[in-house]
Amino acid sequence: MSMNNQGRPTTPTSGAGEAMETNVKTFTGNKALMIEEALSFEVGDLSGSGVDLPELSGQYDRLGGVNRNETIGLPGLSEPEAMRHFVRLSQKNYAIDMGPFPLGSCTMKHNPRLNEKVARLPGFADLHPLAPESAAQGALELIDTLAFWLKELTGMPAVAMSPKAGAHGELCGMMAIKAALEARGEADRRVRVLAPESAHGTNPATAVQCGFKVEAIPGDGTGRVDLEALKEKLGDDVAGIMVTNPNTCGLFERDIRAIADAVHDAGGYFYCDGANFNAIAGKVKPGDLGVDAMHINLHKTFSTPHGGGGPGAGPTVLSEALAPFAPLPYVSCEDGKYSLVETLHHAEAEDGGDTLGRLTAFHGQMGMFVRALSYMMSHGRDGLKQASEDAVLNANYVLARLKSEMTPSFEGPCMHEALFDDRFLKDTGVETIDFAKAMIDEGYHPMTMYFPLVVHGAMLIEPTESESKRELDLFCDALLSLAKRAKAGETESFKAAPVYAPRRRLDETAAARHPVLRWTPPQTAQAAE
Amino acid sequence: MSVKYSQDHEWVKADGDVCTIGISAHAAEQLGDVVFVELPDTGKTFAKGDDMAVVESVKAASDVYAPISGEIVEVNSAIVDEPAKVNEDPQGAAWFVKIKMSNASELDALMDEAAYKDFAGQS
Ligand SMILES: Cc1ncc(COP(=O)(O)O)c(C=O)c1O
Repeated sequence: MSMNNQGRPTTPTSGAGEAMETNVKTFTGNKALMIEEALSFEVGDLSGSGVDLPELSGQYDRLGGVNRNETIGLPGLSEPEAMRHFVRLSQKNYAIDMGPFPLGSCTMKHNPRLNEKVARLPGFADLHPLAPESAAQGALELIDTLAFWLKELTGMPAVAMSPKAGAHGELCGMMAIKAALEARGEADRRVRVLAPESAHGTNPATAVQCGFKVEAIPGDGTGRVDLEALKEKLGDDVAGIMVTNPNTCGLFERDIRAIADAVHDAGGYFYCDGANFNAIAGKVKPGDLGVDAMHINLHKTFSTPHGGGGPGAGPTVLSEALAPFAPLPYVSCEDGKYSLVETLHHAEAEDGGDTLGRLTAFHGQMGMFVRALSYMMSHGRDGLKQASEDAVLNANYVLARLKSEMTPSFEGPCMHEALFDDRFLKDTGVETIDFAKAMIDEGYHPMTMYFPLVVHGAMLIEPTESESKRELDLFCDALLSLAKRAKAGETESFKAAPVYAPRRRLDETAAARHPVLRWTPPQTAQAAE
Repeated sequence: MSVKYSQDHEWVKADGDVCTIGISAHAAEQLGDVVFVELPDTGKTFAKGDDMAVVESVKAASDVYAPISGEIVEVNSAIVDEPAKVNEDPQGAAWFVKIKMSNASELDALMDEAAYKDFAGQS
């Protein structure tokens, strides 16, 4: 035979190391593929920068003497170091492409690759926002086409495309309401805005930002607005209401028409928070419900990647009454030629002289527009309707499966998200936060917790239509097993969770009480002590 | 005089016409770790039910309402510097403000200790 003398053990030595498994301390601090990554500021210095710029010579600047004269303090990394830095960080991050993201109200659904492909077409991706209109006709047509379908889906006559998030859309809508009240000469009198106790925090914050005083509308005990209590609060000092539908308890506001009528009868406007439009798109037109303004979170209902704070897009549809106050810029089309109406002067010529003005520097979140239109077009009318129906079906499946061990907050079926509270954890010593942290060890991003505020220790689960039955079953089995473990008294393991995450339980209190807002080099930090 | 409570979880202790006001131990526990407190300026006047102060925990920001009408005569800036005190001793050292009452009869509408215990137990 021709002998190979390189034989090496190819089966694990039985028993060896299993006990050690979790307490091996590596020299690097790394755990195989889980790399302990320092901040780029800590590993790099400018001498190692991947960019090599020539010294400026014979140039003048226009800084007028405000040139920086200390070092800028940027980290310097070579290209492979920079690449690795961000890839390593991204591998610590949970993402919708890794597993279910059950965050209620945040609607983390699958982002079809087709959208990404279309968004990367150079004609969209490389277009500069200051490109001349003649060179941007396709992009303008896309904005206009998306605007058309948003109006069509919502049954509303106008839409402002530029708001860059749901909260920004709220600001746009409430500013339009304020402008309309000013035009009526009632802005000084109509100072109150009503919003349910279950409202997303951005609702009252927006109203306050616009100078209104917010009052809570009580709930009716079934998770919805109490119509009679609302009527009692209405008056000629009410500017409007902000109601989310389906609401943040995952329930459809059955009295929505009566609510709209009551507000209109009192002379106010109806702002609808459309963050949950993904439950009803293709099924219900908000225009038929008496809505005056509603933002649509493109980054939720129409996929497009989000999370971690962005990017977002919150186009805001407006009723006949508010349409004249829509912000600039908007796209107009004449004889097949698209143009942007960007100035008050231009707007007046176009009969839009009541506009509330500019909300953003440019025209909106173009990359999101491309993705959202791609999503709409590839789904079609029937596909969008089915997506809404499947989102509701999946949420109800989760609700039905978890009911045996967890406590749904309200009776009956839900819309696109299922709300539980912490009653099932009563006397276990385990709290919502511990339950959520234990989910991390199971490999899941936790659900939305402690929101909405109307139930104790809320757990709001939104599976979206993206998840298969197999995926939902595994998720539900994992949650049921956690619930059983909590009830069986395994409190300590919940308090210790997460044990498998790169970082364990964080001290949120210390972070809030003593926030460190600026990184300082370790040497300086030591010297300061 | 004994401590009285509002339905919004403020406590009031009257001494002559000056009342010391804070948030109840129950409220402090429900809020979780307090991380921020904002108090009004002395000299400001409030009507019963007005937003008077803000208390923020990791979970949420809450308004503190004036449980009685009157003028602020003193504020406890120690809890602004050290919000943790609100969790440590909400009904003692971590009082919020002292108000000179403008209408002592408003005290009658507040709950006594036993009634508040009942009330808080349900909420
Ligand atoms: C009900 C509701 N309203 C408004 C918003 C605000 O949207 P955005 O996060 O895009 O500003 C959100 C999302 O976080 C939400 O869930």
